Amino acid sequence: MKLRITAFSCFLFFSAVGQAIEISGNIASELRYFPEEPVFFGASRFDRGSSLSLSFAPEIYHEWNEGERSIIFSPFLRWDESDSERTHRDIRELNMLLVQGDWEWRLGLGRVFWGVTESQHLVDVINQTDSVENIDGEDKLGQPMIQASWSQNWGVLDLFILPGFRERTYAGERGRLRAPLVVDTDNPVYESKSKDRHVDYAVRWSHTLGVWDVGLSNFYGTSRTPELRQRGYKLIPHYNLINQTGLDLQATLDEWILKLESIYRIDQQNNGNKNYAALVGGFEYTFVGAFETDADVGWLVEYHYDDRSLDATTPFQNDLFTAVRVALNDAESSELLAGAFVDLDYGGYSLRLEANRRLGDRWKLSLEYQGFNNIDPDDVLYTQRQDDYLQAELSWFF
Amino acid sequence: MKMTSVKVVAGLLFMAISAGVQAMSAEEKGLAIAVEMDQRDTGFHDMTADMVMTLRNRKGDESVRYIRIRTLEVEGDGDKSISIFDRPRDIKGTAMLTFSHGLKADDQWLYLPGLKRVKRISSKNKSGSFMGSEFAYEDLSSQEIEKYTYKWLRDEPCGELQCYVIERVPAYKYSGYTRMVSWIDQTEYRAIKVEYFDRKNSKLKTLKLSGYNQYLDKYWRPDEMYMENHQTGKSTRLEWKNYRFKTGLTDKDFNKNALKRIR
Repeated sequence: MKLRITAFSCFLFFSAVGQAIEISGNIASELRYFPEEPVFFGASRFDRGSSLSLSFAPEIYHEWNEGERSIIFSPFLRWDESDSERTHRDIRELNMLLVQGDWEWRLGLGRVFWGVTESQHLVDVINQTDSVENIDGEDKLGQPMIQASWSQNWGVLDLFILPGFRERTYAGERGRLRAPLVVDTDNPVYESKSKDRHVDYAVRWSHTLGVWDVGLSNFYGTSRTPELRQRGYKLIPHYNLINQTGLDLQATLDEWILKLESIYRIDQQNNGNKNYAALVGGFEYTFVGAFETDADVGWLVEYHYDDRSLDATTPFQNDLFTAVRVALNDAESSELLAGAFVDLDYGGYSLRLEANRRLGDRWKLSLEYQGFNNIDPDDVLYTQRQDDYLQAELSWFF
Repeated sequence: MKMTSVKVVAGLLFMAISAGVQAMSAEEKGLAIAVEMDQRDTGFHDMTADMVMTLRNRKGDESVRYIRIRTLEVEGDGDKSISIFDRPRDIKGTAMLTFSHGLKADDQWLYLPGLKRVKRISSKNKSGSFMGSEFAYEDLSSQEIEKYTYKWLRDEPCGELQCYVIERVPAYKYSGYTRMVSWIDQTEYRAIKVEYFDRKNSKLKTLKLSGYNQYLDKYWRPDEMYMENHQTGKSTRLEWKNYRFKTGLTDKDFNKNALKRIR
């Protein structure tokens, strides 16, 4: 009887809103091949060779009031053959949106992107990086938030209350692309007494003035980037309280796009010894219809600077990124990006290649190559010097 | 819609009517026809429509895109529009916001749903292919009077109708064409056919517009636009559905926040 009532109410619910519920997403299988042996013991389990991984990313969306109210739910699941830490799940989004005149409210787990540059996302500080997904730092974990966005003719003001902290994900013992010691994600240390319950705040003003798009932001709360300190045979992530001010600026001229992102971070601990500034800036020049074809060929150059210099915790203390991007503008949306980061202090370089193409209406093939070459023992990337990989991902969309 | 030269042209039109069309130069007559077309299409305020785009290559393989379009008419400037991509599924949720401006470069932002990123993009790619189709961005953009110089060529029958044949030369930068030749029907001023000539002045494409319906007793819109590329043998059929006018869209539906949340 109970089952029948449940079934009946389900039926009522879905017939009421059923037509407006949209389900989409993708299932992907990814194969990574590491031509070199891992540097560290533990990872040797799968030696040189390939590792398979599967992911599932559905999205359930419902809107009403002509889109002024909506609910979105997008979970994410990954299974990885080799690394139990890379086998993980997350709720990327589970939130409700309410639009009222000039105001927009969002409540729940969400994802926010700030910034303009391509090779590093310095000012993008709201969401934690899901670093086991990819080393490009573009995959993020869902962040609990209350967001209010106010749209005026002087720009958009975004206010965030961020209750609850998400820890960064790290490769496990049998994973590749990791430090010599495994990061102990079960025992993080927080500066805040309320640990991962600390409420963070952020504000951002953004505006478009002619060719300029500008954003000014401030974040106060637990740093998304931990300091890793050794304890025994493990690395313990220490999450400090920080105040970070950010600027992002883009000038869109005809074939030139100029970009700049800069931050100043105040670390409450250590009497300001750890305060620092960093920037990434450069340009993208596009040859439209290159070689008398439909293709666009873009040339990207971005310079990275961190005033902690050789003490920087990121690999981008004094580096130059340069890349070529080709978009064929064909029916399959074929794209290719080939680039290199060159470390101007240490002389090492890492190569990156990304290519993708649609196959039919529902499939997409993506290839990725990451190479680490001539990495200096003092470079942050040294631990990954033998983690060159080639990756092929086939995704099916529904 | 740009109103700058309208008064001058209204004067020209008056002259045309009083003195007889033959008294005008071919350029004046071409412009007068364009102005009349523009006038007849002014005042719709806003429009939404669904588009099904079928790409066909030389071998006959087809590929389909679903796109929804929202347009807001802007007094004294080019229109604002948002295009929302529904298919192919791998780009579902991608959306593009365009503020078009006659001769000045358009402002354009792309929303990438995977990263939740709004990216300002260069609008220099006017001549580039729209979604891999035979339509270039410039073919689908807001048609402002000052974007071209005009020349009336001749009058001739086009199917059952009688047409003006006019030549347009792009006055904006980065066009992929030296000129276009349009067939405009003389009773309702609807475009029936357009031929595009590439930078070497050889015939590149032909667009045929059909299935015209009138909305709000004023605005004519085609149900189908068929573009054929003579040089590659590829073609694109664009079917329009669910045209709606004066839906109550305002400026607030055409900003970066709206671009981010739109579905």
